[in-house]
Amino acid sequence: MTKNMMIVGVGGQGSLLASKLLGHLLLTQGYDVKVSEVHGMSQRGGSVVTYVRWGDKVYSPIVDKGEADYIVSFELLEAARYLDHLKTDGKLVTSTQQIDPMPVITGAAEYPSDLVDKIKALGVDIAAVDALTLSEEAGSSKTANIVLLGCLSNYFDFDESVWIEAMEACIAPRFIDMNKKAFALGRNSK
Amino acid sequence: MKTLMLGNAAAARGIYEAGCRVVSSYPGTPSTEITEECAKYDEIYCEWAPNEKVAMEVAFGASVAGRRSFCGMKHVGLNVAADPLFTASYTGVNAGMVIGVADDAGMHSSQNEQDSRHYAIAAKLPMLEPADSAEAYEFAKFAFELSEQFDTPVFLKMCTRIAHSQSVVEPGERVEPAQKEYKKDIAKYVMMPGNAIRRHPIIEQRTRDLIEYAETTPLNRVEEGRDHKLGIITSSTSYQYVKEVCGDEYPILKLGMINPLPVKKIKDFAASVSLLCVVEELDDIIETHCRKLGLALAGKDVFPLEGEFSQNLVAEKLGLPVPAGVKLDDNIPARPPVMCPGCPHRGLFYTLSRNKCTVMGDIGCYTLGAVAPLSAMDVTLCMGASIGAAHGFNKANDGESENRTVAVIGDSTFMHSGMTGLANVAYNQSNSTVIILDNSITGMTGHQQNPTTGYNIKGDPAGKIDLEPLCRSMGINRVVVVDPYDLEECDRVVKEELAANEPSVIISRRPCALLKYVKPKAPVRVNPDKCRSCRACMRIGCPAVAIKDGKAHIDNTLCVGCGVCVQLCKFDAFENEGGTEND
Repeated sequence: MTKNMMIVGVGGQGSLLASKLLGHLLLTQGYDVKVSEVHGMSQRGGSVVTYVRWGDKVYSPIVDKGEADYIVSFELLEAARYLDHLKTDGKLVTSTQQIDPMPVITGAAEYPSDLVDKIKALGVDIAAVDALTLSEEAGSSKTANIVLLGCLSNYFDFDESVWIEAMEACIAPRFIDMNKKAFALGRNSK
Repeated sequence: MKTLMLGNAAAARGIYEAGCRVVSSYPGTPSTEITEECAKYDEIYCEWAPNEKVAMEVAFGASVAGRRSFCGMKHVGLNVAADPLFTASYTGVNAGMVIGVADDAGMHSSQNEQDSRHYAIAAKLPMLEPADSAEAYEFAKFAFELSEQFDTPVFLKMCTRIAHSQSVVEPGERVEPAQKEYKKDIAKYVMMPGNAIRRHPIIEQRTRDLIEYAETTPLNRVEEGRDHKLGIITSSTSYQYVKEVCGDEYPILKLGMINPLPVKKIKDFAASVSLLCVVEELDDIIETHCRKLGLALAGKDVFPLEGEFSQNLVAEKLGLPVPAGVKLDDNIPARPPVMCPGCPHRGLFYTLSRNKCTVMGDIGCYTLGAVAPLSAMDVTLCMGASIGAAHGFNKANDGESENRTVAVIGDSTFMHSGMTGLANVAYNQSNSTVIILDNSITGMTGHQQNPTTGYNIKGDPAGKIDLEPLCRSMGINRVVVVDPYDLEECDRVVKEELAANEPSVIISRRPCALLKYVKPKAPVRVNPDKCRSCRACMRIGCPAVAIKDGKAHIDNTLCVGCGVCVQLCKFDAFENEGGTEND
């Protein structure tokens, strides 16, 4: 059975590292894996999405509406934007960080209020994490992606060591301690 | 060892293992990483060429010299390289020559959605189309064999979802083919009419031979299905969506060689099923071929000509159930891409906006100058078009528009195809103002070096073309350099050059804020007591500046302290450490 995940956020937030780490981890666990990224213009502060799919044999590289078992979101509005991709029994792990898009900055639109409560009211299994604060506690806001992966890891049966090994394989040694700390903070946040 | 590889990295691995020795490309999403990955192999000579035409000519020369060669580009880049392409089809090759081209269905990062398969048909060249990274690797490697066997350049056609998806690849070892002997052969390589007339029938015979080859090659395979009431012909990423939806239910003819297409194989497949369906993104290439063979089928009458496909789209069109997702009934504001905080283009576009200029734009990050609130762009067409368009606009207005019309073009785009436009301005004398946005890198595609940066693809020092003497030597007397962080200076220079009674070039020079050597300064601070809520700071469209609780607010995680917003505040509410200097 193929499992589907989406990693969503704002261009420049570090979704490529998160998907690289997940791809590595799932491959070492013996799955067929596909990871689909977006490069180029949409990266410039735009809404970005990465798809991760794994199973015995994966065909399509993308996750479509109503298909995601998991959505990991680096920003709250982006979680709301891609919610229609989540299965009705899917899990949502989202940072509570809010980054105003340009239409909000210019006053042409408003950032929707109370998004976490509105999503909860739909019956969605949501973990809302203050990943930015936890990442700063770990040593750098750049580790917010790893905080979220730490939180996500609670939904998987893999031993913690499997996640640590994947981090060691994908992250430069001089940053590894900070990222391990970020992962632990995320894992314990739920 | 099994490893996850980006489609483009897998293609590069195949190119490497085939013993390719020369790679020349121009960057373009989604093709760029093929060449960047090739550059990591020391056995390959690899370069960024100024444009795709030059890249293809370099690959052609290397092939003639007897070394396997590759050039890579995006779909619109192939338009630029079309001139050498059509005639390289006539000459054929010496050592194998492969042309990588990547389409962008869905236009994630492109100005149109053209289908490169038309070029394979028009130029009479074989085209291979992989459906995942493993095939990108295998097909890239095999393309060189095919090239040498049939004496032809061979296309390797990628698309966004194949190029930028990672899937499992099991790499092998590089072969090191001996250099083929170069033998002077005027009849084969000098394409003047007398020789080309004799080459043309050879090319037509080559196509007939390739059709025979297409009938039996394992590149085109039939996958059996349980139910023959439907049979699907498909390729590339569409094949993956079909498999996702249908599994092994219906027979599938999966095409890996998309030009030329087989005849008997397709007829036999059609005869084995009750209803024939063609699933292909963009244009109706396979469908048209099938219809020429007299086959009845479902194709573009069911599937769209526009945009990317997906598993849900294929399911819906085949009348199969589509999953329901979670619905949030709320108005979600769009998040369009924007110029980064500290982007040097921002100050210049603010100046153009303030002076109500008509702006002929070009292709690069700075196309985002069209986005509100700057909205400082009128036209964007293709690489290099800004200068010709400004000249034409001014000529059509009998020069009356010259005092408010500018062309904006990036440093890399100017090298690509802007120089010929400037030559036209200098030669045919419009008083056009050309602004070169020199951010010292090719930005949009992810920081590639170009002829003006002084470094090559490996980051080693290389030849450097200086823009000022170049423009002067092309006959432009007025060449001015400005710092786009200095709004006052920008305003003065733009006004002066627009008023000037001769052609001029303004070089707006400051490196891209994302370059590693550009160190961010401390974030700007707002003194809320001084802020009068006039929103002047909001006119530059910086993602780091917002109004919170009625007052200007700086997002410290985004602000790089460029100081452009500081200059907009008449009430001194903005403070930064270094004023407007950021060197």
